[in-house]
Parts: sequence; structure tokens; C-alpha cells
Amino acid sequence: MDTSKKLTKDILKILEQDARTTPAQIAALTGISEEQAAAEIKRLEEERIIVRYKTLVDWEKAGKDIIYAFIDVKVSPSRGVGFDDVAERIARFPEVTSVYLVSGEYDLRVVVAGGSMQELAFFVSEKLATIDRVQSTASHFVLKRYKVDSELLGGRGVEDKRLAIQP
Amino acid sequence: MKPLSNVVKSAPPSGIRRFFDIVSQMHDVISFGVGEPDFVTPWRIREACIYSLEQGYTNYTSNYGLLELRQAISRFLESRWGIEYNPENQVLITVGVSEALDLAMRTLINPGDEVLIPMPCYVSYAPCVTFAGGIPVAIPTTAENGFRVSAAQIEAAVTSKTKALLISYPTNPTGATISRAELQAVIDVARRHDLYVVSDEIYDRLTYEGTHTCAATLEGAYERTILLNGFSKAYAMTGWRIGYAAAPVEIIECMMKVHQYTMLCAPIMSQMAALEALNNGEADCEEMVEEYNRRRKLIVSGLNAIGLECNMPGGAFYAFPSIRSTGLTSDEFTEKLLFEEKVAVVPGNAFGECGEGHVRCSYATGVDQIREGIDRMARFVERIRSNNGRTAALRE
Repeated sequence: MDTSKKLTKDILKILEQDARTTPAQIAALTGISEEQAAAEIKRLEEERIIVRYKTLVDWEKAGKDIIYAFIDVKVSPSRGVGFDDVAERIARFPEVTSVYLVSGEYDLRVVVAGGSMQELAFFVSEKLATIDRVQSTASHFVLKRYKVDSELLGGRGVEDKRLAIQP
Repeated sequence: MKPLSNVVKSAPPSGIRRFFDIVSQMHDVISFGVGEPDFVTPWRIREACIYSLEQGYTNYTSNYGLLELRQAISRFLESRWGIEYNPENQVLITVGVSEALDLAMRTLINPGDEVLIPMPCYVSYAPCVTFAGGIPVAIPTTAENGFRVSAAQIEAAVTSKTKALLISYPTNPTGATISRAELQAVIDVARRHDLYVVSDEIYDRLTYEGTHTCAATLEGAYERTILLNGFSKAYAMTGWRIGYAAAPVEIIECMMKVHQYTMLCAPIMSQMAALEALNNGEADCEEMVEEYNRRRKLIVSGLNAIGLECNMPGGAFYAFPSIRSTGLTSDEFTEKLLFEEKVAVVPGNAFGECGEGHVRCSYATGVDQIREGIDRMARFVERIRSNNGRTAALRE
């Protein structure tokens, strides 16, 4: 990998771990100047390689109930567009947090989030299942989230068990 | 009571101990004093150990260590360096490199033999030589030479009693690395004077600039070299205590003899974990190295920015800045910094007299901690400087 590609990867990894890292901090971590870091970040944002900076929230701890469900959707593909048009149609609903085209028995795996089971059930039966070319759906309600986007939830974090001074 | 062993009693206590006792009584300390990774051992390795326990692997292993692990190490050395060690009789699994080092010294040394040790170096090298009945001979290195020993220095230190040369690149505490050509020149001196070479390469995976050279691969080195390495640093496995030695058959045979009578074998569950590390831990290792590399740049630029001159270390996870500009000794600097700003570093003289004027700052700690620690050190250094300035002004 050439140096500039490696640098880009490095910056992306740093921001993926902590989106609040400033250009000055990135400069110190990678050995480039602050201006260079800022310019590179701007480029990555403009090219939508960096899509958005968000916060990973444990809503359960915050006292707000959110119900998640995986909805598997069987779709008859259409000539020319395959599954894309249906997938995009589904993706536009605000209840939908992710849409994937998957291999296996079903075609799309849709992740939805809502305030109650009824709300999600209504969404699936009234909105999702009624879309043209959607043949069938199978819903799996999430009972507990253990790990989300590479982060373990519920843990207290790992405390440093090392002795403070060692050879 | 009759007196205890003279050899043991005369060995100096570790220079680190004193500060450890102070730090352990304090709260809110930012520690740059830790010589081990802050990462917990990757889960796949811990999980493999748990599985081995569930399977009932609780017995002794061969004195040499698990054959599968020795075979994996042998394959690894072959693929990485193109160097061949027979897993049957040229690889010995030890309880950390610490044990391997002790075995190597006991195997090489006859009473009065001298062992050349470039310094500053890891705290246990000289005592291990002494305990084995040898005489450690320090070869001082300096920041100006990047803390690398030169062939000429070794040549000048050789006497008729010199038996071996003990080196370690990348180096704890300086982070120094050495080029292939420089290391070859060092080996050439060893060859000329028929010295053994003990090469502790525990930090080899943590090389950020250039590529690491395995000492045993150099011309004329194989037959006289004991290669020491382990899992602590590359896979964040310090507490597992697994190291290994690879060397010519006769040497390993002798080391194994000491090992079988003193240690019997390394713990089997740790060996199983090490096997998983070698087989499937590469990605975890690479990720940690990348993270260390970022911190290295952060801490070194931070130290230089506050006026503590610091070489960019090529490896390990230590920065070794000079603190001479403060007018303090290493011990004074360390103690004052700890009490006034609650930052723990290790005085350079703990690693040999020539480490005086420096402190060791480990960057095996989180980025936020490094930033906070540097901020505190900046305040400290600033205060020392303005005090020094006032004193100078008063004198005039």
C-alpha cells in the first residue's frame, strides 16, 4: 500500500473509533500537519467516504424503550433493476434503520426500529408487505442487544488491571 | 543465622521498585510507567485457552513444550525469516523470555566469564548474568547514536574472558532499532572473537520504521546465536508467561536440562493459547501495532513540543526523552513529576547508568491518557524552567 493510501486508511480508522478526534489530534497521531489532516478529512467528507458522524446510544440505559426487529423479505425481482427499486422504496421509511440484500431463502434483510411492537407490526403488515412484488415477510423481534456496531453494550468497560510501574 | 547468598544479596534492587510503592498509594495517576500492552489479550486467544481447559488439558507437556506449538514456531520462523529450526530439538518453550534468558546465561557461562551488554537495557540482563556466575560488562550507548551499539564499541570491550554478547532490538527502554548492516558488523565482531550472541527479540513485531532483522539470519550468526522471543508484546499476552528459545541443538539441549530440573514445563493452558495466537492472531497483532504507531507519533511530538528532546524510536512502545534541559536528575525529575503532577515515568538510570538524564515513557496506554499526561508534563516542565530562570536571575 502506498503512503497516501495508508494515511487515508489510518485517518478513517481513527475517526471510526472516535468521531470527535480533531484535525490537530489526527495530525499528532499520524505525523502530518494539521492543515493536511483537515484537507484530507474534507476530501473524504466531500466524496462521501465519510458518510456521517454519529453517536452510538444505549437507549435502554437512557430509559427510552426502542423495539428492534429483523424483517426478512421475499421479493420477485424485476427485469432491469433486480431488487434495487423495492429495496430503495423500503429504505425510505424512517422506521427502517438498515436494508441488506442477502443470500438464502429471503432476498432482503430489513432492520426496523420503533417505540412498540404494535407500531412495528403495523409497519410490516400495512407498509412493507403491501409493496408490489413483496411476496412474503418473516419478522424476528430483537429481545436483547449485546453488541452493536462493534461495541459491547451493558458492560462497564475493561478496567486497567496492570501494575502502574513495571520494567 | 548464617548469611544468605552473597551473589543474590549483592545484586542491586530494581530501580523501579521504589516508585512503584509510591504510585500504588496515589489516585488519579497517569502512568507512562507500564512495560506491558494496555490491550487485553485478544478474545480468540482467551477463548482458545478456555476451550482447552474444558477439554481437560491440565497436564504436563514435554519438557521442550507442546510439539504442536514448537512446530508452529518453527514454521513461523521459517516463513518470516527463512531460517530453519528443527521443532524436535532446536526450539524450547519457556516461562516467558525471562526464563529463556536465565537458561541461556546458565548454559553459556562458566564462573568469571564476561557478557557484553549494550545499555540502557532491560533491568534483568545484568542480574541474570551475575546469578549465573558471570560478569556483566556494560557498553554505554547514547541518544546521539540512536542508542545503537557499534561494532567498534564491542571490539573495544572484548577481553580474553568475553563469552557472549547480549543484545535486544527493538530495545526496552529506548525503542532503538538497528539496521541490517550495523547488526551484521556486530555479528562479525562476535564471529571474530568466537562469542555467543543472545538476541532478545521480544519487541520485533513492534517495529515501525524499516524492517526488523532477526540476528540469527545474518552471515555467520546461526551457529552462535540463541534467539529469544515470545508472545507477551506481539499478542498482548504478558500474564501468560510464554516465551521460547531457538538455537543450535547442543545449546537447546543444555537449556532444556536446566529447564526440566527447575521449571519442568511451561503451563499447558498458556501454551495452548500461544498456539492459537500463532495460528490465528495475526490480524489482532497488526491492529495493535498500528495503534502503537499512532501513539508513538503522538507522544514523541508531544514530548519534543514541551522541550524534552526525544528521538523518534523505531520500535517497542517506549519513548526515552532527555530531561537534562530541566537541570534535574532522572530520579529527581521522576519523583517531582509524580508528586506534583501525578504522572508516572521510569528514571532512565534504572536501565543502566548511561540512562541517566533520560526517563522512559511507555506509550502502551490510551490516546486520551497520553494527551492528558503530556499536558501535565508540560505544566511541570514550564514550572521547573521558570523557577530555574528566577534562580539564575537572582544569582546575577
